[in-house]
Amino acid sequence: MKFTLSWLKDHLDTSASLDEICEGLIGVGLEVEEVADAGRLLKDFSVAHVTLAEKHPNADKLRQCVVETKDGTKQVVCGAPNARTGIKAIIALPGVTIPATGAVFAPATIRGVESQAMLCSERELMMSDEHNGIIEVEGDWPVGTPAAKALGLDDPMIYVKVTPNRPDALGIHGIARDLAAKGLGTLKPVKADPVQGSFDSPIGVSLDFADGDTKPCQLFVGRYIKGVKNGPSPQWLQRRLKAIGLRPISALVDITNYITFAYGRPLHVFDADKVKGNIRARLAQDSETLEALDNKTYTLDSSMTVIADDNGPEAIAGIIGGIPSSCTNETVNVFLESAWFDPLRTAATGRKLGVTSDARYRFERGVDPAFTPVGAEIATRMILELCGGEASHVVTAGAVPNTARIYSLRKTRVASLAGIDIPVARQKAILAALGYGVNEMAETIDCAVPSWRPDIHGEADLVEEVCRIFGLDNIPAQPMERPSAVARPVLNPLQKRMLSSRRALAARGFNEAITWAFLPEAHARLFGGGQPELKLANPISSELSDMRPSLLPNLIAAAGRNLDRGFADMMLSEVGHAYAGDRPQDETLRAAGIRRGAFTGRNVHGGARAVDVFDAKADALAVLEAAGAPVATVQVVAGAPAWYHPGRSGTIQMGPQNKIAYFGEIHPRILAAMDVKGPLVAFEVILNAVPGSKSKSATRAALNISDLMPLSRDFAFVVDSNVEAEKLVKAAKGADKVLISDVSVFDLYKLEGGKTSLAIEVVLSPREKTLTEAEIDAVSAKIVAAVGKATGGTLRS
Amino acid sequence: MSLVDLEQDILAEIGAAADEAALEAVRVSALGKKGSISERMKGLGALSPDERREAGAALNVLKDKVAEALSVRKTALQDAALEARLVAEKIDVTLPVRPQASGTVHPVSQVWEEVVQIFGDLGFAVAEGPHIEDDFHNFDALNIPPEHPARQEHDTFFFNEKTDGSRMLLRTHTSPVQIRTMLASKPPVRIIAPGRTFRCDSDMTHTPMFNQVEGLLIDETTTLANLKWILTEFCKAFFEVDDVKMRFRASHFPFTEPSMEVDIQYSREGGQLKIGTGDKWLEILGSGMVHPNVIRAGGMDPDTVQGWAFGMGLDRIAMLKYGIPDLRAFFEADLRWLRHYGFKALQVPTLAGGLS
Repeated sequence: MKFTLSWLKDHLDTSASLDEICEGLIGVGLEVEEVADAGRLLKDFSVAHVTLAEKHPNADKLRQCVVETKDGTKQVVCGAPNARTGIKAIIALPGVTIPATGAVFAPATIRGVESQAMLCSERELMMSDEHNGIIEVEGDWPVGTPAAKALGLDDPMIYVKVTPNRPDALGIHGIARDLAAKGLGTLKPVKADPVQGSFDSPIGVSLDFADGDTKPCQLFVGRYIKGVKNGPSPQWLQRRLKAIGLRPISALVDITNYITFAYGRPLHVFDADKVKGNIRARLAQDSETLEALDNKTYTLDSSMTVIADDNGPEAIAGIIGGIPSSCTNETVNVFLESAWFDPLRTAATGRKLGVTSDARYRFERGVDPAFTPVGAEIATRMILELCGGEASHVVTAGAVPNTARIYSLRKTRVASLAGIDIPVARQKAILAALGYGVNEMAETIDCAVPSWRPDIHGEADLVEEVCRIFGLDNIPAQPMERPSAVARPVLNPLQKRMLSSRRALAARGFNEAITWAFLPEAHARLFGGGQPELKLANPISSELSDMRPSLLPNLIAAAGRNLDRGFADMMLSEVGHAYAGDRPQDETLRAAGIRRGAFTGRNVHGGARAVDVFDAKADALAVLEAAGAPVATVQVVAGAPAWYHPGRSGTIQMGPQNKIAYFGEIHPRILAAMDVKGPLVAFEVILNAVPGSKSKSATRAALNISDLMPLSRDFAFVVDSNVEAEKLVKAAKGADKVLISDVSVFDLYKLEGGKTSLAIEVVLSPREKTLTEAEIDAVSAKIVAAVGKATGGTLRS
Repeated sequence: MSLVDLEQDILAEIGAAADEAALEAVRVSALGKKGSISERMKGLGALSPDERREAGAALNVLKDKVAEALSVRKTALQDAALEARLVAEKIDVTLPVRPQASGTVHPVSQVWEEVVQIFGDLGFAVAEGPHIEDDFHNFDALNIPPEHPARQEHDTFFFNEKTDGSRMLLRTHTSPVQIRTMLASKPPVRIIAPGRTFRCDSDMTHTPMFNQVEGLLIDETTTLANLKWILTEFCKAFFEVDDVKMRFRASHFPFTEPSMEVDIQYSREGGQLKIGTGDKWLEILGSGMVHPNVIRAGGMDPDTVQGWAFGMGLDRIAMLKYGIPDLRAFFEADLRWLRHYGFKALQVPTLAGGLS
């Protein structure tokens, strides 16, 4: 909502400065987005008189001028073709800053002639892009007159952001009311003395709705005005419209726009000679069309309200008028419409048709219904004043919708809700100034809500009214008590898992990213997604069309982008949600990471190698450990979802039904489809699936250690190549659960005939006494037997 | 040969021994079984007791001297050998270490923890809710009926309509968590709800996904004045300044009444934003007293409890605090950006140790 200071002062009697008014607007909830104050911008510029302009002695296209300025006579060299003897122009004197360039003007010698000042173009003063000539000041302004005044730009424009609940502030009068309540002046009364009609309108109005349900348009006020003369509106009116960014069209149209902004009351004026029969508000028929004033033809349907005559629709109610019945410079008889349209239907129609207009903007938020006849009177008077003519009696269909309602504001409620004790008298004064009918009772202030406030629906709203005018800044902050002296922990186990996984990954060298929760459908499909219920109906682009089924595709895509920037080796992680369906329980929190390129790059110490599946496995185990999973007892089994390499991937599980992580090389076909070069390994831990700690106590189990030296024995087994190392290790571990404290694989190589040699080191930790050779031999035999039983392996001879 | 001469000879040989092997040879030739001193020891038996005592004592002195000299020489030789080895072993320590990736935590994650530290101390638990929401939690329960203009302004991402005509959406704010929390608990409620939110909007300053944090307090007596206090204390703690000037403006949100927007004062010095000084205002959050309809939708009675809520952009406050210029870069996973703006693994924000 834009308006100018002088326009505001038509409605508000005030001596407040522009800054005070802006502060006031901000305080009451009308956020000031912009103040365009040309007076401030142009304060160093003034009117000058070009008393002589002749050809520059050394240049054909330049002129040498003698200019009278507020600082005396100056010699000016100017290239503008319109620099002529006798014109008034705007002068830049030495030391002033040119708004468009930010440069400070300094005298210079141009082709041997000194130029002591500069004649400005509109572009230099940021008035427009015009730079073909200098500004010629119209009117008889004395030399030295401030430029803004002479150019009619001394009226600051204020742009306020009006929240959707405040249609009353979409008119300057409503804004003035808030400011008056705030104490920044006195609201001037609306001048709307009825204009006496002198004849009956030849055009009648009616509300033609099935079953008499006039909800779409409850009131239509019309008036015939004959013998008007249309044409350009007066300068003052044009200037105001231009100042708020509207294009003046003709007096009749400008008047309706003026009233739209002055009072938040949209109107329409038909060329009465183009109207056939009576005018009625009705629902459109399906596939009726209207060529509207924006030169587009709209196809209407039965959900939309139109203003129609015998020719069909002439305007889309509350949104836009039509070309067939529009006013032109030749118009002599007009029919004025001031009606009240249903906000919801107006909004729905506007959305459906894709039309935005100042009228729709107001009607869909709720125009003051009681102002409907008042607006018609103001418009009539303005048309008669500016265009002449003679007005008919008013024709009316329907009645002002009854919005009367009263809410009680408990006298204690502002204090109990806002925490500030505002005297009852002050509360009453604020509400009265805002237009409420205020009636003080024993315990309450009963408030009759003004017709222009559709947003007020209860006591809390009244508290807000009092507070926003009183000033939220004037409410002192009130400390709160601590719930407990020392703060209690607030994170749940999953949140703690999230934090520790994230930090564990960073400690391992991962750079944590946050990638989109959505991805292209093709990528979703590669990772088991793409379900219809996870597809956005209105994606921002086809690149962001589906919810991600896994964190990996976006990380892999990010790896590709970084690769294109010249990074070959990288570790990217993310802790975030993946979506398996559209129910809350389908969202899982995951920690994932990818490694691409070298684990250790080329370096003077040797040992460079590419990332491999065991890096990803280590990452997954590290996250699980950080997340509190019982890493010692998890199962690692071969195989993972289809986007992993089938032979180089694994699943970490707490049992076949509880898979908590996957890791492996990414399937070469997936990398090819995503156009990312490997080697690339990845892991993904499902943090929701990680079991929580069973122990509730902080106390640790007692430490049980022995002073006896542990000893180790190596065994090499020959097994079938398909025997998994994990199985052999488990068997060996199980051979003597008391003595064997650790088993680890330290060597592996392929033998002929589908056999593999697997060598393990077994650590024996005696507890009571040093082991004898016989005892060691006995344990060794048990190990060999257990491994043999579990894997068919035999001791290598 | 006299003992004196013998001593001189042996000591000279010890002195001349170039390495430990030569020294060992000297030891054997002097103190070995057939060594010169050992031989003389054997000869003592032929002497008279008095001579034997005297000569024995002299030999023992010599033996000790030789042993001492051998030991000194041995240490010297070992030292020299070690010196030589150390010289030979010299390497260029300015060479780089083995490559070790240095990880980082994303600024939003860091700020998540900072905010949780502050509000955790004030007794606020961390609540969460699904990203894929329904109309009820995202709009209806928050006093935004279907045709409310605010609903249109939310730029909502929708999923396709189901056979029953309903359709899910991506939450446009973290406020649905207010409803879910209220429905699942009894007053008093003190929560913050940080998380991802989504709007169908993408330009210089908007991304289709962003992060918000919601705050909600419900009890019997809390007021707007308390909310102002919490927000002021939060800003001081978060931006780590002694004083912060804030401006509380009336505004409108369907789910709060009265509503207020909060601006924070800042200055721009040398291209860097500075919070707590200056004369410019920056909007950082929206807030207000929870609307009675919202309390009702949360299954509580607005006649017996009241509360307040606020919401702000986690990304935005991260940008402000750490001088990160471009929101869009937050979600691009550009390694250069992650490494520059990220935080070290052990740089965990705590109230005791400081938040940044």
